Amino acid sequence: MQDFAYHNPGSVADAVAALKGADDGKFLAGGQSFIPVLRLGLAEPSDVINLKGLSDLQGIRDGGDHIAIGALVTHAEVETSDLVKGALPGLATMAGHIGDPQVRNRGTLGGSVAHADPAADYPAALIALKATVVTDRREIASSDFFRGLFETTLEEDEIITQVKFPKAEKAGYGKFASTASKYALVGVFVAKHGSEVRVAVTGASARYFRVAAMEQALAAHWSADALDGIVVPPDDLQSDMEADAAYRAHLVGVMAKRAVSAAG
Amino acid sequence: MSRVSLEVNGASVDVEVQPNTLLVQLLREKLDLTGTHVGCDTSQCGACVVHVNGQSVKSCSVLAVELEGAKVTTIEGLAQGGELHPMQQAFHEEHGLQCGYCTPGVVMSTVDLLKRNESPTEGEVREWLEGNICRCTGYHNIVKAVLSCADKMKAGDASAAE
Ligand SMILES: Cc1cc2nc3c(=O)[nH]c(=O)nc-3n(C[C@H](O)[C@H](O)[C@H](O)COP(=O)(O)OP(=O)(O)OC[C@H]3O[C@@H](n4cnc5c(N)ncnc54)[C@H](O)[C@@H]3O)c2cc1C
Ligand code: FES
Ligand code: FES
Repeated sequence: MQDFAYHNPGSVADAVAALKGADDGKFLAGGQSFIPVLRLGLAEPSDVINLKGLSDLQGIRDGGDHIAIGALVTHAEVETSDLVKGALPGLATMAGHIGDPQVRNRGTLGGSVAHADPAADYPAALIALKATVVTDRREIASSDFFRGLFETTLEEDEIITQVKFPKAEKAGYGKFASTASKYALVGVFVAKHGSEVRVAVTGASARYFRVAAMEQALAAHWSADALDGIVVPPDDLQSDMEADAAYRAHLVGVMAKRAVSAAG
Repeated sequence: MSRVSLEVNGASVDVEVQPNTLLVQLLREKLDLTGTHVGCDTSQCGACVVHVNGQSVKSCSVLAVELEGAKVTTIEGLAQGGELHPMQQAFHEEHGLQCGYCTPGVVMSTVDLLKRNESPTEGEVREWLEGNICRCTGYHNIVKAVLSCADKMKAGDASAAE
């Protein structure tokens, strides 16, 4: 691993300034994606700026119609939070199925969302729950936030401070995990907001996507059976050694049903 | 170089490290604590699991400089006063290892499990072991050891409380 200058700022302003002052600076949160990337030599930043000293990015708060989760909150904290379990149990369950216990003890919401791995779990939850990503300079609707493979609308020196998750009436997640990495071969997050339903899929393709036919069927009748016969075309889906596109297309249907059943 | 002060197995450590030094490198190469192993480049195997402030983490995926003021416990710090930790004793009794390469990580990981859940089911133990790869045992005796340790620790607590 190439060496770098290390910064441990105590405020968001200092963190942004450190990044602006660096040739090729990168933020560090839980390190569960970034440190493996460094170890494999896939990134060679000149400066690493640790965000973990920023207390503004901590904590889970009840915002009335939404739950606000700080960017530095770990997957383990979301999994075990009484507030999240009470208002959005599907989100707590999802967090409890990310990777393994050691990854969940370090990995953070902000890091997952910024990294935007095409098989990560949080992005599906953000899209289905109509969440808002809050940064040091603006608020971004999740539908505008994710751009594609490891790509978001974040600027180089922009810091996610929290994500606001509306308290959907119902929310559930179905995941078929890779046995090796635990990332989603296919993950489907479903959420019901009054008369509107969102079905968001991760892992199946290079981009997260919604399934309009499923959303309409569930809006008309909220039940796993309502999804019978709805098929997702395999054309744009991933094929790899673990699952080909046709199998992933099949899994989208099965995981969507499990998500609806889990949501109750 | 950066200076970092932390506590490792109860002793204060104050060292100079390059910022790119991983915690596992500090432990093995500077502090000679070679019980913590490295089994992969991808943060997946769990051979390197230690406790940082009481939580199990992969020491290959944490920078040493991040640990200013932290308390780190490695496999060498589990035994107290010459007595094996009940988890180490249970691995010994149930033959929860073969080559032993994964064992320090598995023991540190499952000690953390029992802190959160003192009577896990077999399924919960297996799920918890998601982050620890063992190429020898097929996990069977590892799971037996963890369940036996949980039973003994509960029985010990009960007799201590009497
Ligand atoms: C073995 C293993 C299994 C895993 N399995 C899964 C899985 O099943 N599902 C899943 O979703 N994920 C999985 N992960 C990834 C894990 O969830 C990571 O925690 C997550 O991807 C990154 O979060 P982090 O806090 O570790 O961020 P880091 O690794 O520290 O950072 C990741 C990226 O985000 C940027 N960043 C971090 N925080 C911010 C912020 N607040 N604002 C702006 N940019 C920021 C960093 O600059 C970096 O580019 C796995 C990881 C491992 C090692
Ligand atoms: S060495 Fe494999 S997970 Fe740390
Ligand atoms: S005992 Fe050999 S890898 Fe687990």
